[in-house]
Amino acid sequence: MSNKHEKLEKNVGLFFIFTILAISIGGLVEITPLFFQKATTTPVDNLRPYTALELEGRDIYIREGCHVCHSQMIRPFRAETERYGHYSVAGESVWEHPFLWGSKRTGPDLARVGGRYSDDWHRAHLLDPRSVVPESNMPSYRWLAETTLDGELTAKKLETFNFLTRNRSHKDEQGNSIPLYSAEDIATAKKAVKGRTEMDAVIAYLQSLGHALK
Amino acid sequence: MSSFWSIWITVLTLGTLVLMYLILRMCLKNFAGVKEGDPTGHSYDGIEELNNPPPKWWSTFFFLTIIWGFGYLLLYPGLGNFQGLLGWKSSNQGVLNLAESKASAEQAKAAGKLVQYDREVAAADEKYGPIFQAYAAQSIETLATDEEALKVGQRLFLQNCSQCHGSDARGTTGFPDLTDDDWLYGGDPKTIKDSIMHGRKANGMMAWSAALGGEQGVKEVAAFVLSLSGRDVDVQAAKAGEAKFAMCAACHGSEGKGSAEMGIALGAPNLTDNIWLYGGSQRAVETSIANGRAGVMPAWQHILGEEKVHVISAYVYSLSQK
Repeated sequence: MSNKHEKLEKNVGLFFIFTILAISIGGLVEITPLFFQKATTTPVDNLRPYTALELEGRDIYIREGCHVCHSQMIRPFRAETERYGHYSVAGESVWEHPFLWGSKRTGPDLARVGGRYSDDWHRAHLLDPRSVVPESNMPSYRWLAETTLDGELTAKKLETFNFLTRNRSHKDEQGNSIPLYSAEDIATAKKAVKGRTEMDAVIAYLQSLGHALK
Repeated sequence: MSSFWSIWITVLTLGTLVLMYLILRMCLKNFAGVKEGDPTGHSYDGIEELNNPPPKWWSTFFFLTIIWGFGYLLLYPGLGNFQGLLGWKSSNQGVLNLAESKASAEQAKAAGKLVQYDREVAAADEKYGPIFQAYAAQSIETLATDEEALKVGQRLFLQNCSQCHGSDARGTTGFPDLTDDDWLYGGDPKTIKDSIMHGRKANGMMAWSAALGGEQGVKEVAAFVLSLSGRDVDVQAAKAGEAKFAMCAACHGSEGKGSAEMGIALGAPNLTDNIWLYGGSQRAVETSIANGRAGVMPAWQHILGEEKVHVISAYVYSLSQK
């Protein structure tokens, strides 16, 4: 026995393989089965795909690292649902790539922020958070209002999302999956975002959050 | 969950626990070929390695955690489809809409199941429900004189409304002051409650720049608008603006007293009281006229529920009654 253990400890390759084996068990038990669960692959009834502008806004949200300080995951505690609304369920996130649940709340959760503030408020808040929330420690995002979108990649992004969600979209009566974005959506994507500011896009995205379970 | 994945999870979880037990047992045996406490023969820079076993307290606790693990898996859901002997659940997952969520909460309640979240909510409803019900039974005018109710209202206001209207409710540029008696939609209790419940979407002051013939026209109308509240303006410009103000009168009234004065819910402000939602400087008024404005108040009925909105209404109403 002792020699066997010595073999493992003195052989990096072998040790590597056994380490991988040991740490993959958690993932195999807790993550892998979720890919095959109805609850985690069925979209909730009212889920709709992001519009082209919202999708661009989502990418800016990621670029600016909003998810680093804002979670999008309301946990099932009354203290949270009183403030943010119904707890998040898996069916709301089936089309998220990557998901933006976050893990830290320097700012409040945004999972259902859509419709809670007016567009004007978001604009004022993103330009200068302290103009509306004096104690806020959020940075200003002034450049968002100064940069316009060219929409060169928007159609490609829509196509990518069609591909990523091909097995988890809504189904028609025959059980065939309906792509998130129609050919028309993709054809008009560029036009829908070109010339709009990044600010418009981020606000559109924020206003869409949580729409499916309200 | 299909039985395949249920078995997959169960076997891997229990298998890991058993394996950990066996490895621990194995590692506690003395394989070194020397007696416990004796040098192993490894010496580095004069530091000798002795054949000491792991501390007893450490290995004992390791065994205890394994035993605890089996106990946990017996009581709580952890092994695939097995619900655990306690039948405990954190929340109702897998719901596809709010109605389903509500139904599954009711169902769990009726079956006496331990859904952690539903229990929390039920306990809170039991505690706070009667308070809000008692408030709901009173009129907003009465509540506005009730110190306790106003405190509750203020808390709710601070959490939900202060982001726009400010923690003193005096608003800021673009977000109305709620403490004065200037109202876009009316300041009586019922209207305030309506505004909070269903939100308000200003019909939207359109951009008048083109219709007024560009910068000059905008300047003239701005001069006239400012003159309505007795401000010093270029008289000639104001006179020219007055003629063009007919276009504005449809929403702001022929005297510029706003839509609330006329009893219409357009949200067009009174222009004669020198209270300016978007700033009262010449420049700010010109910008408003040239580019238009459209404030939106979100609806709170589905977020807070009517009972809470009722209390907030009383608080907001009380602010302008002092």
